[in-house]
Amino acid sequence: MKVGLFVTCLNDTMFPQTGQATVRLLRRLGVEVDFPKAQTCCGQMHVNSGYVPEAIPAVRAFVDAFAGYDAVVTPSGSCAASVRHQHPVVAERSGDTTLVRGVDSLAPRVYELSEFLVDVLGVVDVGAYFPHKVTMHPTCHSTRLLGVGDRPEKLLRAVRGITMIDLPEAEECCGFGGTFSMKNPDVSVAMGADKARHVRESGAEVLVAGDNSCLMHIQGLLTRQRAGVRVMHLAEILAAQEVAA
Amino acid sequence: MIVTRTFLGTPPFPVAAKAALADSQLRSNMRNATHTIRAKRARVIGELDDFEQLRQGAADIKDHTMSNLGDYLLQVEESLTRAGATVHWARDADEANKIVVDIARSHKVDEVVKVKSMATQEIELNVALEAAGIAAWETDLAEMIVQLGDDLPSHILVPAIHRNRSEVREIFLREMGKVGMPPEADLTDEPAELAGAARRHLREKFMRAKVAISGANFLIADTGTLCVVESEGNGRMCLTLPEVLITVVGIEKVLPTFSDLEVFLQLLPRSATGERMNPYTSTWNGVTPGDGPQEVHVVLLDNGRTKVLADEVGRQALRCIRCSSCMNVCPVYERTGGHAYGSVYPGPIGSILTPMLRGVGIDEATDAMPFASSLCGACYEVCPVKINIPEVLVHLRGKVVDSHRGGVPGALQAAMTGASWTLGRGSRLALLQKFAGVAGQVFGRRGVIGRMPAPLSRWTDARDLPVPPRESFRAWWSRTDGGRRDNGSQPTTPHKGRGKR
Amino acid sequence: MKAREEILSRIRLAQVAAPDHAVRRDYSHTRELPDVLGHFVERVEDYKATVIRTSPDGVAAAIATCLGGASKVVVPPGFNTSWVPGGLDVVRDEPALGSDELDAVQAVLTSAVVGIAVTGTIVLDHTEGQGRRALTLVPDLHVCVVTADQVVADVPEAVARLTASVNNGRPLTWISGGSATSDIELQRVEGVHGPRTLCVVLVEPTTP
Repeated sequence: MKVGLFVTCLNDTMFPQTGQATVRLLRRLGVEVDFPKAQTCCGQMHVNSGYVPEAIPAVRAFVDAFAGYDAVVTPSGSCAASVRHQHPVVAERSGDTTLVRGVDSLAPRVYELSEFLVDVLGVVDVGAYFPHKVTMHPTCHSTRLLGVGDRPEKLLRAVRGITMIDLPEAEECCGFGGTFSMKNPDVSVAMGADKARHVRESGAEVLVAGDNSCLMHIQGLLTRQRAGVRVMHLAEILAAQEVAA
Repeated sequence: MIVTRTFLGTPPFPVAAKAALADSQLRSNMRNATHTIRAKRARVIGELDDFEQLRQGAADIKDHTMSNLGDYLLQVEESLTRAGATVHWARDADEANKIVVDIARSHKVDEVVKVKSMATQEIELNVALEAAGIAAWETDLAEMIVQLGDDLPSHILVPAIHRNRSEVREIFLREMGKVGMPPEADLTDEPAELAGAARRHLREKFMRAKVAISGANFLIADTGTLCVVESEGNGRMCLTLPEVLITVVGIEKVLPTFSDLEVFLQLLPRSATGERMNPYTSTWNGVTPGDGPQEVHVVLLDNGRTKVLADEVGRQALRCIRCSSCMNVCPVYERTGGHAYGSVYPGPIGSILTPMLRGVGIDEATDAMPFASSLCGACYEVCPVKINIPEVLVHLRGKVVDSHRGGVPGALQAAMTGASWTLGRGSRLALLQKFAGVAGQVFGRRGVIGRMPAPLSRWTDARDLPVPPRESFRAWWSRTDGGRRDNGSQPTTPHKGRGKR
Repeated sequence: MKAREEILSRIRLAQVAAPDHAVRRDYSHTRELPDVLGHFVERVEDYKATVIRTSPDGVAAAIATCLGGASKVVVPPGFNTSWVPGGLDVVRDEPALGSDELDAVQAVLTSAVVGIAVTGTIVLDHTEGQGRRALTLVPDLHVCVVTADQVVADVPEAVARLTASVNNGRPLTWISGGSATSDIELQRVEGVHGPRTLCVVLVEPTTP
């Protein structure tokens, strides 16, 4: 099975360690991923801001980069959701029937990381070791748009040494919402402040989520508060192992 | 004489929201209210083992009706007329208001009693009536609190939710006596006493009013039956005691047959107030000889609904049965309350309905509405008629942007165009990343960027920003052949994580 | 007529691309309840209304209990006279009582047409024995006699039973407890407008 990694523009630029962890994790599970350099971005920033035609180049680059793969895995719930739900809309706007066909054929082969691990590889225990107190923010795109259900939680609970703590009011949106965080910064911060408060209330040492966009926002509030809680992407915890003696 | 306030002049959402967020009483009231209703709704919806099927049926019935709306409206007109009602058609608010005022005038009344009706609020009927010298007494408790308090509604179901009991008491003591029976001088702020004061105050108005105005939750096509779902009994008072009844109803409220209510009378009470059934539901077919009003009028209102119908993606908003469950679960609405939206329809449904009813590209406040959302999707999860609100929000954002194209591009348009170009090719993104890496080293301190000037200040005023790393993922991939050649130069070990200052 | 034509024309234009949807009715149309009457009683009492279960010859006594001290009572045309307890100051609605006269009445007796167990609802179609709508609205105490055969499990069955009344042009009043509001700080307050006390007499056939 030829698997391509869609690392996402955010991870590529700001959080390479998430991409690296994803590569290492999959390699450990026997999957060598390709990183086609032609990839850029899923285009959700443009679409969600109302700039649909401006998203066409990104969608084209995505199809060009990944058309030849059996599966595409991405460590981002929001990007996977964008490919599945928004790319068809953008392609139709382009009026380019080849692009429309390309999008329709590719979208079903794109998986968010936890979906890929559980549904395609059929694993829940990925052989990770992470002896820390961890709480998880489920992210709106993953739960409501993709319907990943309890896949991320199952994967985390199988990690050796981990202590999972329930996050109060976990299903509440963190308030990032893409450009919402800049267009409505006050409401965004008010929502994030409550999320940060719940994280601190949980007593966890680490906050984990499947989307670095949410994490960047919550982290920004936690560090401003000097909360001493760190954030990690799901891939990074699943990639963690005992340090070799 | 009461003068009704309107939403005209509310600043765009980001500005209005900022002020609302700082209102500690509003924040506290809203948080308590929304969390309470959420729990009640969840409990009674949880009792339904066929909730998903009911919502699908409801969505389908509404969609089918919208696809055949012309035929159903003609059927409505025929059945209502046969039942003894007079049917009027109104293209817009002004036309509807004129019809109602003319009927009231023809009966030479200087007051009417009103049942809560979103449609009449939408068209600002009270303003038109007051201009014609006719007092329009709101009889729904919350609407009365809003009216006496010279205020604006903040929620479509519990419009005075932003008010504390002590505020309500003050409003009653100060204002009730000016327009009718005053409360007892020793009125406390116990909700039961306040409701009792309202009962006494309104009773004399119910008994003497000659003309009543209502809306309707549903309008049944084959029998011409109107249906009002309520809790307090003021609806029944207005629908049965006066001689003349005028009902203003949006054309999207039509349902094909009476049996369709088997779906909606399960979904509406449970979704709206978290009850298995609301206290009173009234249905009536035009004029019932010897029982209730003998002169019945029905005003069929368009006021932009046909515009919504014409929008392929947006027309699902016409399914709305005004239950307000979207508002009650919305994390944005919970924190800002309804006034910040500047519309009689606030929250998620308001953010899609109002821009479509009014049109986009006309005023800043309306254009801001589709952006007043983090797209979390909680509303779609609870909507009893399955309106995909996030989908329509994104669709309308596109329409807002499109409506402004063609002039000199603003800063955001320029940025979006630039980003579009950069993200069109992997090599361009790689180039940008080199600059980002350098900039990060300049502005960052121990891995974190603190305060930045505008427009980045929108982020950094309250949040830290991580420093873009020197080496992007793709640069790392190139250098180490996907980590296969990664001896020596380790990436940040996963155990460290981020967020340590 | 201009408005009518224009609205219909706008609708026609708007529907150019509107597909027609088949309606999926996969929801439950009937409900199995082990004890429909018991369920009904429980749910009505949930709304703080009183329910008295009785056999056919105990109805008058049950109504008397419901009435308590109230003696000035409106009895609508067609109400089963054998159900009316003695010693009452019975007021008739023929000719129709004015609002002030109605306001002076202490209670109203009616029958009903449907009872719904799951929601604890009683429905009137204002035909024989139920009176015009104002009668059950203005007096402060409503005593309603429901017979066991009128009680169905859930809403779809009730709507099916009521269709004939609606087709005949009858108005309906669905009553689930007394009036209430949660408008002030979301605290539920009973008894705003409409009768503040509802007493239901449930008539069950005598067990053989």
